[in-house]
Amino acid sequence: MQTAVSLWPLLGVAVIVLGFLLRAHPVLVVAAACFTTGFAAMMPVEVLLASLGRAFVKTRNLPLIYLLPLAAIGLLERYGLREHAQAAIARVKAATAGRILIVYLTVRELSAAGGLTSLGGHPNMVRPLVAPMAEAAAELRHPGLSERLRQRVRAMAAATDNVGLFFGEDIFVAFGAIVLMQTILRAEGIEVDPLHVAMWGIPTAVTAYIIHAWRLRRLDREIERELLAAAAQLSAQSAGQP
Amino acid sequence: MIFKLDYFYLLLGAVLALIALLTLADRSNPRRHTTALFWALYAAIYLAGEALPEATAGAIMITMALLAGFGGVRMGAPKHLPEAERRSSAQRLGHKLFVPALIIPGVTMACATLLKDVKLGGLFLFDQKHLTLAALGCASVIAVALACVMLRATPLQAAREQRRLVDAMGWAIVLPHMLAVLGLLFTEAGVGKAVAHVSTSYINMDYKLAAVAVYCGGMALFTIVMGNGFAAFPVMAGGVGIPVLVNVYGANPAVMAAIGMFSGYCGTLMTPMAANFNMVPAALLDLHDKHAVIKAQIPTALPLLGANILLLYFLMNY
Repeated sequence: MQTAVSLWPLLGVAVIVLGFLLRAHPVLVVAAACFTTGFAAMMPVEVLLASLGRAFVKTRNLPLIYLLPLAAIGLLERYGLREHAQAAIARVKAATAGRILIVYLTVRELSAAGGLTSLGGHPNMVRPLVAPMAEAAAELRHPGLSERLRQRVRAMAAATDNVGLFFGEDIFVAFGAIVLMQTILRAEGIEVDPLHVAMWGIPTAVTAYIIHAWRLRRLDREIERELLAAAAQLSAQSAGQP
Repeated sequence: MIFKLDYFYLLLGAVLALIALLTLADRSNPRRHTTALFWALYAAIYLAGEALPEATAGAIMITMALLAGFGGVRMGAPKHLPEAERRSSAQRLGHKLFVPALIIPGVTMACATLLKDVKLGGLFLFDQKHLTLAALGCASVIAVALACVMLRATPLQAAREQRRLVDAMGWAIVLPHMLAVLGLLFTEAGVGKAVAHVSTSYINMDYKLAAVAVYCGGMALFTIVMGNGFAAFPVMAGGVGIPVLVNVYGANPAVMAAIGMFSGYCGTLMTPMAANFNMVPAALLDLHDKHAVIKAQIPTALPLLGANILLLYFLMNY
């Protein structure tokens, strides 16, 4: 028997990999991959454009999540939301960047596991509140925090939101991924109970929490070490001078 | 339905059109004409939507990609209040500033859970198919209204602030959207089938641990390429999960599915293709390195992928 599977569409995947390796502009990479895939599947240009257009209109619900909250967040930022978030966290003496992010990880993962995925998010929680608070806590403990470390704290704030969301939501029974898995397995003639799928996600969810929380604790130590090293270098330099 | 998702498409379309106009009038933007054209085209997608001929919508998408890809989308010089003024305003308003910010998640949650089944005059209050999005739309509008009243600002000022943030993110906003299109095209062209064919034909799976590693690693790798675990699952479950793990090694399908999907999520943490989780936040947080969020996530994702392989190996026969 001959294989009926055409391997040509894989060219589109190759374009993506190559594009990102060459650090080409991501939007151009995607456009190039669209054309490559379409041509490899022998689609005429009009059919390809129509297919792209149909998908582009159908998926326009995606950017709503980012764009709709921005007006309120932007307005509040103009009147000092981020400054106030930083001032508020400065009053909590025990706060460190790592500890704030561990608290956020806990809340985010638990609420996502309860199906409340809209409780966090990058535009409405991380940018206005979580990242400025973590940055302020680090700055307060270690004045003169380098720009590199600031950027690192902010990136970890975004990472924490993702980890909490991904590994929390999948142990919520009514989540789309579980419905998807059930549907696909049913098509292959296997029945699974969504509750069991959710339950067997728990060991991974707990492991993800432990690994990421441990890294957040190390973030505090990393900041401390780097600043100590910088201070030592500075005092060594000034000691060297007459 | 009273709050249809379509209304929020129109609202966003109107805001994008306004952003295009504000950009056109902004002389501080070195590429104001092409930038304005970019946002105007995007506005058309939201305002006209399904009324656009499909090929026209496709041509709009490609034009936007070319405008963004060749540096035609830039930002103007944003007008902030001076830092001292922001600080004194923050002191004056205090915790009141948190209220509209927390209203967005709070109201979204309340609408999506408590008001889910509420009907008025025989109509559902919210779009049932897009419950969370419709709820988020309502919450955002309420938050803007409250912020305007509280800060004595005009809706136009809110639109200017929205433009400042949209400008700062630039083309990164449309990247997730275009990747979603590519994902649909991949499915249409049969990329999934081809990958499953290649991975099952050339890898020896006579050892249980090797089979588990191929399945979990394949989920992660395929998710890295497609940017989405949902696209990877049918391929890897159909190619390795069911025929090898379940049928040969007697794995419990629920364990195979759950841990497989989580292995895919490890891939999501490591790929620029999951732009809405990894690239957009880097733009939102003004990170110099576009891949800073991915770099922060890799040390969590790789050990977790290893843990998943071991968890599946030891738990799959329960």
